[in-house]
Amino acid sequence: MAHIAHDPAGGISDATRTVYGHYRQQIRTRRVYSIIALVVFAIVLALSLNFANAANSGKFFERLPYLLDFLRSFVPNDPLEIFRAMFDQPSPYADGSMKYDFTSQRMYFTDTLYVPHFIYELMVTVNIAIVSTIIGGGLAFCLCFFAATNLVGAGAVRFVVRRIMEILRAFPEIVIAGLLTAILSIGPIAAIFAVSLHTIGALGKLFFEVVENADMKPDEGLRAVGATWLERVRFGMLPQVLPNFVSYTLLRTEINVRASTIIGAVGGGGIGEAFRLSIGNNQAAKTYAIIILLLVTIIAVDQFSGWLRRRLVGNQAFEFGRGAA
Amino acid sequence: MSNGLTMDAGDRARLKATHAAVLHKPWWQRWALLIGLVVTVLYLGFCYAFFNVGPAFENGKWDRAALYLQDWYSWRAQPRLKVADGKVTATWSSRGQYPRDARIDWLTPHEDGSMTVTFGGAGDRLEVTPNLVVAYVGGNPHEIAIGADSVTAPADAPRAVQQDGSKVVVDYGFAGQAEVRTNQVYVQRRFLGWANFWFDTHSAYWGRNPLEVIQLMFSAERIDPARSNFDTAVRDFLNNGVWQHGDILSKLLQTLVMAFVGTLLATLFAFPLAFIAARNITRSRPVNWVMKRGFDFLRSIDMLIWALFFTRGFGPGPIPGIAAIFFTDAGALGKVYAEALENVDDRQREGVKSVGASPTVVNRFGVVPQVLPVFISQSLYFWESNTRSATVIGAVGAGGIGLKLLEAMGTNSDWDKVAYMVLLILMVVFVFDNLSNALRSRLIGQRGH
Repeated sequence: MAHIAHDPAGGISDATRTVYGHYRQQIRTRRVYSIIALVVFAIVLALSLNFANAANSGKFFERLPYLLDFLRSFVPNDPLEIFRAMFDQPSPYADGSMKYDFTSQRMYFTDTLYVPHFIYELMVTVNIAIVSTIIGGGLAFCLCFFAATNLVGAGAVRFVVRRIMEILRAFPEIVIAGLLTAILSIGPIAAIFAVSLHTIGALGKLFFEVVENADMKPDEGLRAVGATWLERVRFGMLPQVLPNFVSYTLLRTEINVRASTIIGAVGGGGIGEAFRLSIGNNQAAKTYAIIILLLVTIIAVDQFSGWLRRRLVGNQAFEFGRGAA
Repeated sequence: MSNGLTMDAGDRARLKATHAAVLHKPWWQRWALLIGLVVTVLYLGFCYAFFNVGPAFENGKWDRAALYLQDWYSWRAQPRLKVADGKVTATWSSRGQYPRDARIDWLTPHEDGSMTVTFGGAGDRLEVTPNLVVAYVGGNPHEIAIGADSVTAPADAPRAVQQDGSKVVVDYGFAGQAEVRTNQVYVQRRFLGWANFWFDTHSAYWGRNPLEVIQLMFSAERIDPARSNFDTAVRDFLNNGVWQHGDILSKLLQTLVMAFVGTLLATLFAFPLAFIAARNITRSRPVNWVMKRGFDFLRSIDMLIWALFFTRGFGPGPIPGIAAIFFTDAGALGKVYAEALENVDDRQREGVKSVGASPTVVNRFGVVPQVLPVFISQSLYFWESNTRSATVIGAVGAGGIGLKLLEAMGTNSDWDKVAYMVLLILMVVFVFDNLSNALRSRLIGQRGH
């Protein structure tokens, strides 16, 4: 917005002219800085892209046509195949290979009642997410009060608790999963552990920030009548922070559903593993069945948790900080 | 208010009548906490059965767990002592931590062909001769006889010396253990720290203390006439055959590039589209709707799906990682941006519009200055979180440090390398968290976020 005065010489005093000169000067400096920042940014981006391309086993422009070919060839024999794969119905193209074998992995409850394989795996994944959120959220709830400045006077306690949360948040999930897989063999427990530990760190941070922003007047009142620390937390703090805690926990459930699919793919079991196998073995119908199931599940979980959040805490914008969680 | 702390029956009745809703909550509200707890416990019990937690823990290899965890911060030398020509000699696997013919202070050969292995103090040692092993545990000797087809421990052996089938295991705790078999003595000697972390045994710098290394680095006498000593040191460090520093650092850089480029491209992509999705800026409901559902669609497809899809297309490496982060976050950022745009203050737009500005200029000067701090702050949050998730994305096939971690864990013997990579990742995540926090507070001041 440098076009304010087109004719600075026309009838303004020397003082105004000096101010105007300084203003122009500032604008110019700012532009120069912006341009330098943009150029540096562009260079870093170009270098990064170049490095990424060089480090990749296939080069971007060489492989692009193959990607399109892959998409074109990766289609099931007919659209109904996808739903047969989804619900474990026999395929008319069955030739004994795993690609068209939709029925052998049914989970039978009784002789006739069965749960389709992928839906069972999806249940595993969703349950991993929910259990991890409960365990991680519960522990984060216990820890968060010890990390809040307004509740804990001892700096050492706060420091230790916060560092523990930070480490849990940053610790690579696959290492926890991998270590437990080595001990307990492949299965959902490794995934539960990995996701829970991460949840403690992530939710703990959000929780204690909520606690620190709480109104301290109820706490003062309770302190005045001689309440213990536990009573102050229970009656002074909890009623204020609980809605936000619930909201963040629901948000975390959404994130954990995604996290548990990914962890599943590296050895936690569940739908992630099934997806990795099906796309790796070129089984188009199964792959699309899983994509549809995952899409529906994630949308359903997001919608349900959004609805619950709105009911419990009203229409607050909790999108902020979503990335931090 | 004569005795303000007590209430008579009349007061109580009046309070009950005026605040009936508070005092007479329905039963499910009064017991909500308890009911919630019971349901949660029941659910956890169901999951305990559903996931077979009990049997899995029972069948867990807990003895190995301790070993794996020790491997994080210590290393094992594993020579096999075999008898050849009446002499006991140590043979090393290809992963041996000592160069050929090195003098090892805990492994002393004697003139008569026997060998002494010390485990810490002088009281804990193993005297190995061709057909007799004397294990000293806490100063007491125990003779272990090596027969033709079995090894037998003495009858009065302590707990540390145990018969295990046809072999005898001598356990020295953290310092190590030895398996006495009919044809060999398999020694595992454990030391604190990471073996050969800086230089491997092929390097001229191997086995020197830090001061010597620095001296040698800057001394004029060249080890390799073709290049300076400093250059040699850097090369030897990066090409360390055991620790593969060069490879690990390059993989780490790949992971960081994935997160950076993925988030940046997603930001650049979501920025203009969010203006189309925001209903106060583009006044066309169908267009808003299509755009927002598009964002939702991108966001709802799991990052895993994108990652595996693009790994099929481009092969393992940073490109599938970038693509996966880009597609997921383009949707997520687009949604967040559109919401921020819908919450802008309209007065600034009206002001710019009232002086006759074109729509582009209205957005540039009336909207962007309001939302830019929020946009940048959100993108920085996503960048932070992606720095963490790029590791996992890498492990499913996109490459980078995640895949390296998975490979190292797969061997079950490289836990020290896993620890090293974890430390690197933790350091990088902390640095980036602080960097993004500093950037954020510089750009938007200390308010709010």
